[in-house]
Amino acid sequence: MKDICKSVVKKDHDPKIKGETRYLVDYNLTDKGERILCGKLLHSPYAKARVLSVTVPDLPEGYFYIDKTDIPGDNNVNIVLDDTPVFCRDTVEYIGEPIAMVAGPDEKEVDRILSEIKVEFEELAPELDIRNGTKNFFEYEFGHGDVEKAFREADKIYEEEYLTGYQDQTYLEPQGMMAEPEENGVMYVHGSLQCAYYVHGAVMRALGVDASKVHIFQDPTGGGFGGKEDFPSIIGCQVAVAAKKANAPVRCVFDRREDLEFTPKRHPSLCRYKVAVKDGRVTGADCEVIFNAGAYSTLSAVVLQRGIIAAIGVYDIENVHVTGKAVKTNTNPCGAYRGFGAPQTFFAMETMMSHIAQDLGEDSIEFKERHFVKQGDTTSTSGRYHFPVPLPRMLAQVDEMADLRRKHKEYMKAQTGRYRRGIGFSAVFHGAGFTGSGERDFIKATAKLRKYKDGTVEVLASNGDIGQGVRTTFPKIVAHELNLPLEKVYYNHPDTARVPDSGPTVASRSLMIVGELLRRAAIKLRTIWRDNEEQEVEEHYKEPDFMIPFYLDRFEGDAYPTYAWAVSAVEVELDTYTGLSKILGAYGSFDVGTPVDYNIVMGQMEGGFLQGLGYASIEKMNYDNKGRIRNNSFTDYLIPTAMDVPNLQVKLYVEEYPDGPYGAKGAGELPLVAPPAAYIEAVEQAMGGSKRHKLSFIPFSAEDVIHELNKEVL
Amino acid sequence: MNGIRFRLNGKDVCYEGSATDRLLDVLRDTYDMKSVKCGCKEGECGACAVLIDSVLYNSCCVAVGAVEAHEILTVEGFKETEQFKALSKAFAELSAVQCGFCIPGMVLASQALLMKNPHPTKEQVQEGLSGNLCRCTGYNAIVNAVLNASKEGDGLW
Repeated sequence: MKDICKSVVKKDHDPKIKGETRYLVDYNLTDKGERILCGKLLHSPYAKARVLSVTVPDLPEGYFYIDKTDIPGDNNVNIVLDDTPVFCRDTVEYIGEPIAMVAGPDEKEVDRILSEIKVEFEELAPELDIRNGTKNFFEYEFGHGDVEKAFREADKIYEEEYLTGYQDQTYLEPQGMMAEPEENGVMYVHGSLQCAYYVHGAVMRALGVDASKVHIFQDPTGGGFGGKEDFPSIIGCQVAVAAKKANAPVRCVFDRREDLEFTPKRHPSLCRYKVAVKDGRVTGADCEVIFNAGAYSTLSAVVLQRGIIAAIGVYDIENVHVTGKAVKTNTNPCGAYRGFGAPQTFFAMETMMSHIAQDLGEDSIEFKERHFVKQGDTTSTSGRYHFPVPLPRMLAQVDEMADLRRKHKEYMKAQTGRYRRGIGFSAVFHGAGFTGSGERDFIKATAKLRKYKDGTVEVLASNGDIGQGVRTTFPKIVAHELNLPLEKVYYNHPDTARVPDSGPTVASRSLMIVGELLRRAAIKLRTIWRDNEEQEVEEHYKEPDFMIPFYLDRFEGDAYPTYAWAVSAVEVELDTYTGLSKILGAYGSFDVGTPVDYNIVMGQMEGGFLQGLGYASIEKMNYDNKGRIRNNSFTDYLIPTAMDVPNLQVKLYVEEYPDGPYGAKGAGELPLVAPPAAYIEAVEQAMGGSKRHKLSFIPFSAEDVIHELNKEVL
Repeated sequence: MNGIRFRLNGKDVCYEGSATDRLLDVLRDTYDMKSVKCGCKEGECGACAVLIDSVLYNSCCVAVGAVEAHEILTVEGFKETEQFKALSKAFAELSAVQCGFCIPGMVLASQALLMKNPHPTKEQVQEGLSGNLCRCTGYNAIVNAVLNASKEGDGLW
């Protein structure tokens, strides 16, 4: 293991474990000693309605009612398209849409006022079904080869449909933002967020001011997982508008029910796959991918792009045709969640491959293995896998950990009795960094180092630590290049008034892309280092030369410079009386390149793995026939506890990436992506295999097992 | 005076508000015990866990009137102890703290477990921490840290 891999004590360990870290909700007063007003949102009770009138009760002194008429700038939250309003326009488009905010000193009084506001609605018919969405926010199509020819010449054609449900990020700290008016008309907005500069752009626009009149700070953030990518921009605008009107600090913190019900989640999906097989080999795949975007487009364009790029999984298929649609429904807007569209399509493709193998009478691991892509092969978007693909060696690693191949064959044989076993396997990739030309054309990251006279060095970047450890790993890289003790290099939470835009904290990009900028900056600083002087160096992103340019209009080229790889196996024991699947073992091999800190990377892999298992099994969330989310508490939306996966084993496989720092690739999202299909294959195997029970949706709960098993009796 | 008297981190206090106020809110707002986090306010996540007479409770589900004459420990008090230091060291060595929001509750759950059972098995640790949700770690690092603390801090519990 390289020196850089050795684990250190995380820089934020001490204040966090002592409970001294101040999250947004922990401020009693602002830093300047001002009283903070409590802001709360008036949410729409209807999935679609025209707002005819709003009657606000007399407000006590010091209380404010804020709606779209108070927005000094533009009632559009700057995300991808201009459709998400700060406060609703003339109609509400989903249950929970913010109509207005009430702000004032006493929370109970704010609640009273909210309960007395009378809104007259004209109810309209909502569209709630992904199958008949009212419009497509985004549509893409791409492919290679001749898929029709593949179908004409096929020995057999397989057609299946897959469904995946919502998944909520369920960070332990709910969403919250605060705005404080400063002198000279500057608005200071801070809170629990991933992307300080996204909030910056959004607040500027809502307030109608230039960049110098707004600055954004990331408070310590109690988890994000994508959930705090776009949503803080929305609440950030709301509190900024409220603070502007009240001319006082306003803080809005969601309670858990609001958070589960009204904040972005993973897109539910419907995938229709048609696959051609000739001579035992997949020769063509036609994949139709539909994501339920919800009422506004928010991040759906980019989520869908990543999803459809992964549509054919890790397989070399000659003829491919993919279409993707993000459909509008009158439901909560979906957004970013670790994996960003890819967990849905990987689940579809992995399950399809397993079902085909079972139909052909071949072990699905061997069938998949025969189709693995290799270095030099063409990607789904006619780019190239430029670097070695270590899947076979990773599979060997998992086989050794889990006794995978033997068990997989053994459990395929007919089982009887109450308890039956299955083991499933799945292999995926995750492309690190923004999709396509995003890093080059859109993000254009800049990172800086500032050396002070006392010899300490500060990292200046906009990537927030949300638990993944960049406050430790960034300084580790810089200290390593400068030969400094780690204590001499530090990285504070970003404030846009002080740091350049190194891009958002998303897409598993921070360490691989910004970490490499910092490594290069540190080398630069080393060469010009002069004691007792303040010095600053800066680095800008440059796209690696080997990349085949990506064109979004044709959906062609290298979608990512390189890929992180994952292989996982999940073993279950199914209780056929209760439907419960006990996870006996969960095994993963992950190639994220060089781990810049072994423990930190292992923590990402284990945490992501468990989220993936939750997604496939117990994390069920859906809405009723009015469009209201039914699972808005931890009693109804279950996430895994310490007892749910007692035997979770992870190993790292290192395939170094030359353009990442010390060979590192993106890590954060990868581990969530593979487990769902592995879990489903395991449960299906325990139920007798896909010829008896073909499973095609997640989450697959104990109730679903019983429902499926009952078909045998009927 | 009719206040509610209890001991908080070793000091006698007297709460003047209503006996039905939530212990979580009283600890955070009146006594500024900000290590006590609110993750759900309905007894499911464990972020607000505190020790009442050495037993782990979710403070969101306790009315302050119920703690009269009892002893409450939060991380503000616990962090001064040798047991805390052993746990903190073990958590640090495995980088078991990610976002940090569940951690004060998790540390107190660990303490409650180790006081009852100084040498727990892995399964007992998993059970002992099962009322505390963590979304970041997948629990492995935390469970192993508690096991290590139990070994290395032998005699402290």
